[in-house]
Amino acid sequence: MLVIRHFEEELIALHAEGHARGHFHVCIGQEATAVIALSFAGPGDYLFTTHRNHGHLLARGAEPGRLYAEIMGRRDGYNGGKGGTLHTVYPAGGFHHTSSIVGGIIPIAAGTAYAARARNTGALSVCLFGDGALEEGAAPEALNIASLWKLPVLFLCENNGKYGPGAASGAEQSRTMAAYPLTDLPRAYKIPAIQVDGTDAAEVFRAASEAVAKIRRGEGPQFIEAQTVRWPGNESNWPVAPIATRLPLAWDPGPVPERQREWYRSCDPVLLFARELVARNVASREELARIEEEVLAQIDEAAKFAIASPLPDPAEALRDVFAPMERA
Amino acid sequence: MRELAYYEAKLEALREIIAGDDRVHYIADVGTGFMGLSAQRVRFAEIAREFPERVIAPPISELAFCGLAVGAAMAGLRPVVDLITASFALEAWPQIVNEAANAFYMSAGKTRVPVVFHLLHGLRGGGAAQHSHSPQAMLWNCPGLEIVLPSSPRDVKGLLKTAVASDNPTVFIDHTQLFNVMGEVPEEDEPIPFGKADIKRKGADVTVVATSLMVQRSLAAAERLAEEGIEVEVVDPRTLVPLDFETIMASVEKTRRVVVADECHRSCGVAAELLARIAEAGYDKLAAPIRRVARLDVPVPYSVPLEEAISPTEERVAEAIRASVR
Repeated sequence: MLVIRHFEEELIALHAEGHARGHFHVCIGQEATAVIALSFAGPGDYLFTTHRNHGHLLARGAEPGRLYAEIMGRRDGYNGGKGGTLHTVYPAGGFHHTSSIVGGIIPIAAGTAYAARARNTGALSVCLFGDGALEEGAAPEALNIASLWKLPVLFLCENNGKYGPGAASGAEQSRTMAAYPLTDLPRAYKIPAIQVDGTDAAEVFRAASEAVAKIRRGEGPQFIEAQTVRWPGNESNWPVAPIATRLPLAWDPGPVPERQREWYRSCDPVLLFARELVARNVASREELARIEEEVLAQIDEAAKFAIASPLPDPAEALRDVFAPMERA
Repeated sequence: MRELAYYEAKLEALREIIAGDDRVHYIADVGTGFMGLSAQRVRFAEIAREFPERVIAPPISELAFCGLAVGAAMAGLRPVVDLITASFALEAWPQIVNEAANAFYMSAGKTRVPVVFHLLHGLRGGGAAQHSHSPQAMLWNCPGLEIVLPSSPRDVKGLLKTAVASDNPTVFIDHTQLFNVMGEVPEEDEPIPFGKADIKRKGADVTVVATSLMVQRSLAAAERLAEEGIEVEVVDPRTLVPLDFETIMASVEKTRRVVVADECHRSCGVAAELLARIAEAGYDKLAAPIRRVARLDVPVPYSVPLEEAISPTEERVAEAIRASVR
């Protein structure tokens, strides 16, 4: 979770300095959903994510340096600069296709689940998407098929649609979605669906653990809506961090500008988790501070690695359109 | 060599393909798959009965079942999706064009999508505006898709085999008006490689480059014109992507006259692109203006004389050839 937070904050700085171009999306405020839920995915499982993917890839072990390199369009990026922030794949971590069409991966995740069952591999699909994805036709069509054919897929909707401070549970109705709560949609297709507070790591843990167990038992698709409160840094066109996160803010959010302070106090999954760890004597504040120093050094190294990585050879633009035929 | 009807060769290919490879799944209506509304539509049911685990009838959700096939292909299957009428591919456009076509490139060659989308294109007679599309030119504008247009019994069988064996997303665009065409089909397995044009008829005076049903119409026109003393060479690219431009251009350089016959709408159609390439490569080698025979630029009307009025008919192909040698 700390790696994701510091990765994204450093990315905002790198972008502002001109190291990356185009639009990009950060996972700040949603660190507790992917890290926890994806911990239940096995090595052969198929994972899918969207434009908001950095945290998901990092949660599965993607190297921050190679991810930065991809976002900066460098040769050492996971896709050699062909995908960028919107399309980074990381097959070693289970991510074979990352689509920036918000609902695009939902049928595809059903498809890998279909193949896994047909091939009897025991694998499942985990499909991570935002609340907006449910507004595209691909979503209800794919939910219907996944339910009809009892496909082994976990639909994890990261609903970051709640604005303003307060506990994340009970997200407000979106102005662009008639279904409310969002779980009404999968339930209409007879897919078991639950809502959880996506800023509460323990709650996500329980929900994901149960859902994955049901899928592995052959009970068909499951749906989790993990509600988070939109990070105030996302209010503008480009993400702007109100403050560089440091774990001591968990106990004293005073340094955060007043307008955004409440989010860091009550809606930030990273700071909430740190507070919980210390309160339960799992870790001391000093231990957490040491870990944070290590993470910051790792991110600093990663940024340097990416900046030093060369740009791709322009001839590379013409490669990888078609797979060569391997058989006669 | 034995003779088969086109539909028989196609069904034989469908049967051999699914019998020969456990990874192949047909996402298709079990009663009518791959045969559209043709008289032979019931014949697919025999294959569906034989492989009930791997012939799956989806709900009317083109977007989702094409996406499902894309995912299944990524995860090791060889799905073949029957979209029935090519017009229905428009319902699945985001998955075909924006996911399947891009996945290999976006991943820098890591993720393969060996899926086949099967479409029945063209003026089928009474299909009207929403069931008569020929989307091959639109799809040709989307790099990453292989595009196949069979025109004979031998080709439909051999090309279908290559389509399923290909590691790339392939759009297999067939035409129900071809189903009763008779032709030689070898008994033995003969996959036809992509990117290899076939000279369907040799002739010295005019080259006609034709695709799909227009190959048969061009061959019929050529027979008539032979009686008038005009010898027509008919070149069938068979696949638009990859395209065997060498064979096309060699024929054009020989005859110095070219007509392209294709069923897409005229503007930005397959004929337009082929002629642009021919003009780029050898404008100075042409002895007559280039000509195209295509569907006129209007939505497809229902009524018989109206549909006929916009069709690239055999007579219109013949007229373009006559104009070329005049």
